[in-house]
Amino acid sequence: MQRVGVFVCHCGSNIAATVDVKKVAEMALMEPGVVHAEDYQYMCSEAGQARIQEAIREKQLTGIVVCSCSPRMHETTFRTAAQRAGLNPYMVEIANIREHCSWIHKDMEEATKKAVLLMRAAVAKVNLNTPLRPGESRVTKRALVIGGGIAGIQTALDIADAGYEVDIVEKTPSIGGRMSQLDKTFPTLDCSACILTPKMVEANAHERITIYTYSEVEKVTGFVGDFTVDIRKKARSVDMNKCTGCGVCQEKCPSKKTPSEFNRGLSTRSAIYTPFAQAIPNVPVIDREHCIKFQTGKCGVCAKVCQAGAIDYEQKDEIITQKYGAIVVATGFDMIRLDDYDEYAYSQSKDVVTSLELERIMNAAGPTKGHLERLSDGKAPKEIVFIQCVGSRCADNRGKSYCSKICCMYTAKHAMLIRDKYPDVNVTVFYIDVRTPGKNFDEFYRRAVEEYGVNYIKGQVGKVIPQPDGRLLVQGVDLIDNRQILKEADMVVLAAAIEPDPDVRKIATMLTASIDTNNFLTEAHAKLRPVESPTAGIFLSGVCQGPKDIPETVSQAGAAAVKAIGLLAKDKLLTNPCTAHSDELLCNGCSQCANVCPYGAISYEDRQVNDHGIREVRRIAVVNDALCQGCGACTVTCPSGAMDLQGFSNRQILAEVDALCR
Amino acid sequence: MPECVKTMSQAEREIHLMTAQQQTTQTQVVNRAKELLADGTVARVLGWKAGELPYAPQPAYFEKEEDLEEFVYNGFCGANLSKYMIEASKLDGKTLVCLKPCDTYSFRQLMKEHRVDREKAYIIGVGCKGKLDIEKIKAQGIKGIQSIQGAERTDDADTLTIQTLYGERTCAYADVMLERCHVCKGKEHMIFDELIGESRDTKDRDRFAQVKEIEAMTPGERFAFFQKELSRCIRCNACRNVCPACSCRKCVFDSSQFDSAQKANADPFEEKMFHIIRAFHVAGRCTDCGECSRVCPQGIPLHLFNRKFIKDINEFYGEYQAGADLEPRGPLTSYVFEDVEPGIVAERG
Repeated sequence: MQRVGVFVCHCGSNIAATVDVKKVAEMALMEPGVVHAEDYQYMCSEAGQARIQEAIREKQLTGIVVCSCSPRMHETTFRTAAQRAGLNPYMVEIANIREHCSWIHKDMEEATKKAVLLMRAAVAKVNLNTPLRPGESRVTKRALVIGGGIAGIQTALDIADAGYEVDIVEKTPSIGGRMSQLDKTFPTLDCSACILTPKMVEANAHERITIYTYSEVEKVTGFVGDFTVDIRKKARSVDMNKCTGCGVCQEKCPSKKTPSEFNRGLSTRSAIYTPFAQAIPNVPVIDREHCIKFQTGKCGVCAKVCQAGAIDYEQKDEIITQKYGAIVVATGFDMIRLDDYDEYAYSQSKDVVTSLELERIMNAAGPTKGHLERLSDGKAPKEIVFIQCVGSRCADNRGKSYCSKICCMYTAKHAMLIRDKYPDVNVTVFYIDVRTPGKNFDEFYRRAVEEYGVNYIKGQVGKVIPQPDGRLLVQGVDLIDNRQILKEADMVVLAAAIEPDPDVRKIATMLTASIDTNNFLTEAHAKLRPVESPTAGIFLSGVCQGPKDIPETVSQAGAAAVKAIGLLAKDKLLTNPCTAHSDELLCNGCSQCANVCPYGAISYEDRQVNDHGIREVRRIAVVNDALCQGCGACTVTCPSGAMDLQGFSNRQILAEVDALCR
Repeated sequence: MPECVKTMSQAEREIHLMTAQQQTTQTQVVNRAKELLADGTVARVLGWKAGELPYAPQPAYFEKEEDLEEFVYNGFCGANLSKYMIEASKLDGKTLVCLKPCDTYSFRQLMKEHRVDREKAYIIGVGCKGKLDIEKIKAQGIKGIQSIQGAERTDDADTLTIQTLYGERTCAYADVMLERCHVCKGKEHMIFDELIGESRDTKDRDRFAQVKEIEAMTPGERFAFFQKELSRCIRCNACRNVCPACSCRKCVFDSSQFDSAQKANADPFEEKMFHIIRAFHVAGRCTDCGECSRVCPQGIPLHLFNRKFIKDINEFYGEYQAGADLEPRGPLTSYVFEDVEPGIVAERG
C-alpha cells in the first residue's frame, strides 16, 4: 500500500475563489492510502515545494498528488521537488483543478465537488504508480529547416553560425520565398531584393549550410534528437555541378507560355527556368509538364544550346536520407484564393489585382518592368482603390477569422509609393480599422495620409462592377460620414488574407506537430514557449505559426534557432520512461499495434514462451524503448490488451475512471 | 442416429457410381482429399461430419483415408472452418481445409493478423449455393424432422424434401437460407489452392437495410430494441468462441477480475456490455461472416452490431471489406491525411 500525500494549491485566488480547497484537502484524507493532506497558497513557490518535501520526509510518503494547475505548467516543478526529497519523480500525479475546474466553473459547490473527483482519480492512479527511470538517447548535431524563405534562411544562418550543420529543404527551385517577390519593405522602404539577396548568398556560401531546392520532405521518423528524414530531391533535369547559369537555355526554349509562379501568373516563363534573376541556386529546372521534349519527345533545344552539357533528360528523383537532432518548420504562407469573393470582380477584370500582384507590377523585374499600368489595356491608371481585409477578420466561413496583420502596413506602403512616383494618381483606401502597432509603423501610416494625401475611408466595399468602358465602379460605404459611395476606378487592389502554405498540413502530420483550425502550427505555450511545437524537437519559424511581418519573422527565426541550438548543444537527452510494453502471455502477434505506431517502435520476434505450462514459440510484439514516445496508440488498438503503457497502464486508467464513477 | 448416418453413406455409395461431372461436391472433395492424404501433401483434412441430427453436421478432422467416409458437405455445413486453422497451423504438416467463398475472407483476415500460417494450409475452395437455417425450417411449422433431402442445392432442384414423424414436407431452398446468404458477399473465393464445386451468388437483399431501420429509431427506441434482443443472452459465449476475429489468447471476459465474469449480473446493463465490447473489439476486422448469429442458441441478431460498424467504416473511410485483400492496415489502424475529422463522426452520431 502506498503512503500518499495530497497537496491542494490555492493558486492565489485562481483556484481558491471557486474551489473550497480546505474541503478538497479534508476529503482527500478519506481516500485509500492518503496519510497526509494540506492546502497552501502557492504550492509552486519555494515555500510550497518545501512543504511537500518536508511531508515526504516526515510522513515517509511513497506517492504524492498535487491538486493544482495543468501538468503542462508545473508537473516538472513538482517532480523535481519530490526527487530532491528522495521520491521517484514518477510517483507524482497532478490533479488539474485549475484549467479543468476552477477557471471554467462559477458555482463554488459544483466546482468543489468536481475538484474532489479529480483529486480522487489522481489518488486512485498514484496508488498504482510504480517508480520509473528514464533512459538516455543521443543527439544528432544537425538541424533541418523546412522552407527557404526569409524565416528559414535566418534560422539556418543562426544555427550554422553557432557551429552546427543545417540543411534547408525548399520545394520551389530557389530559396527566397515570399520576400523575394516583394518590391519594397515597410516602414523604411528598403528594396526587398537588396536586403534579402545578401542573406541568400550568405546561406548558399555558408560552409555548414546545405540547401536542397526543388525538394520536399517525404518521410519523418524518430524523435527529438534523433529524427530520420527522407528528402525527395525532385529531378531538375539539369546537372547542378555542370550548369554555369548562363541562361541561354531559357532564352532559346521554344515553350514560353507557362504562367510564371514568381510573377503570380501575370507573365509567362519558359519550360526550363529559374524563377527570378537572383535565384539561388542559379540553376534552372525543367518543368516537365510544360516541356515539349518531355511531352512529345521532340525538341531538345536546351541540350543543344547548353555549352556545359548540363541538361539531363534522364535525371530521376533522388531520395536523400539524413539524420537530424532538431527540425525547424518555416513553411510560410500564401494568399487565400479569391473564388468566394466574386463581388470584387477579381475573376472578371484584369484590373482587379491582389496586393502581391501589385507588388510584382511595381517591381522593375515584374511583368510591366515596374510601370504602374492596367493589365487589361496597358494604360496608366488615374484612380486606384485599395480594399482592406478581403477574407481577413471575416465573420462568416468564406474567409479567415483572424487579422492578417501585414495588410494595413503594406497598403500604406503601396499607396505612398504610388503617390510618390505618380502624383497625378488618386489613391483611396477602404478600411475597417488601420492597425499599426510596431516601431515607426504609425508614423509611416500618418505620412501616407498627411504627406502623401492618400484618401482613407472607414468602411467596406460591397461591390466592384466592371463597366463597359473598362473602368470599375466601386460601391462602398463611408461609415464616418454615414453615406454610400459610388466611385469609378481604373484599378482595384485587394488586400487578400494570408494563410499558411497548404502543404503545412502534410508536414505537420509527418512531424506529429499540432496545427490549429486555420492550419497554423500551434506553439507549446502561446506566451512562454512561442517558437516551440508541443512535439519535442520541432521548432516554429515565421508565418507558419501565425501572421507576421518581416522584422517579426526574422526575430522569431532567431528565437527558433536559439531553441534548436540549445537542443543540439546537449550530448544526451533523458528519454521518457513512459513507454509501452507487451505482455508475452497475452500478445497474439496480430500486428495491429505496429500498424498504428507513428514512431515505428514496434517489431516482432518469435519467442519461446511458457504459458502456464504450455511451451511454444509465439510471435510477440517488442517495443523499442528508444523509439517509443508513449503516445499509447498501441495500447488502445491492441485487441488482446497485451500492450500496456508504463505510467499510464490500463489498470491505472481504469482505476481513475472507477474513482470518478464511484 | 446411426441410422441417419447409414442413409447418407448409402446415398454416397450410389453417387460413387456416377460420372465425375455428376458427382456432388462432397464426393469430389472426398476423392481429392484421399489423393492428397495418400501422396502426403496433407497430414489431415478439416471438414465436416454428420452430427447427431440430420441438419447439424459438425466440423471434424480426418486423418485417415477410410475416415473420410464420414465426410459430409451439404447445405447445413454453415460452420466457418477458418478459425480452426489457428490451432491447425501449430500442428505438423499441412491441413487440408474446406472453405466456402465467405469463409475465405476470414482466412485472409487471419493471415493478415499472423494468426494462421498460409504454408500450413491446403485450401480447397468448396462451392456454395447458400447455406440453410434450420430455425427457418422449423419456423415453417416443420417438426419431428427425421431426414432432409435436397440439402445440396443443384441447378434443377431448389426444394427441400423433409421426412418428418408427421409425414413428408417440402419447402423452397431460398426461403430457408441463413440471413447472411441473402446478403452474400459473392461466389468468388478470396484464397484457395484448388476449387471444387460451383458457387452461386445468393444476394437478394440490402446488407444494411436493417441497420438503416435501427439508425432511424430514436435513442429510446433503439435502446428498447437492443434491450429486448440482448436480454435473451445466456452468456454461453458461443458467439465469441466461433468468431474468427475473436482470437485473443486470453479473453477479457474470462478474467476473474472482470465484473461480468460473475454469473449474477451486477446491473441490468451487463449483458449488453459483453456484446457491445465484443463488437468494438472486432470492428474493422469483422468480415461479416455471420457465424455469431448462426450459432446463437437464443437467436439474437448479433451481426447487426458488426454491420453497423461496417456501414460506418464504409461511409467514413470508403468501402472496405475485411479479408478482401492482404493490405496489413485496415481503415481503423491506418491514419491518413484524408481521414474524416473526429467532429464529423460526432455530428453523425
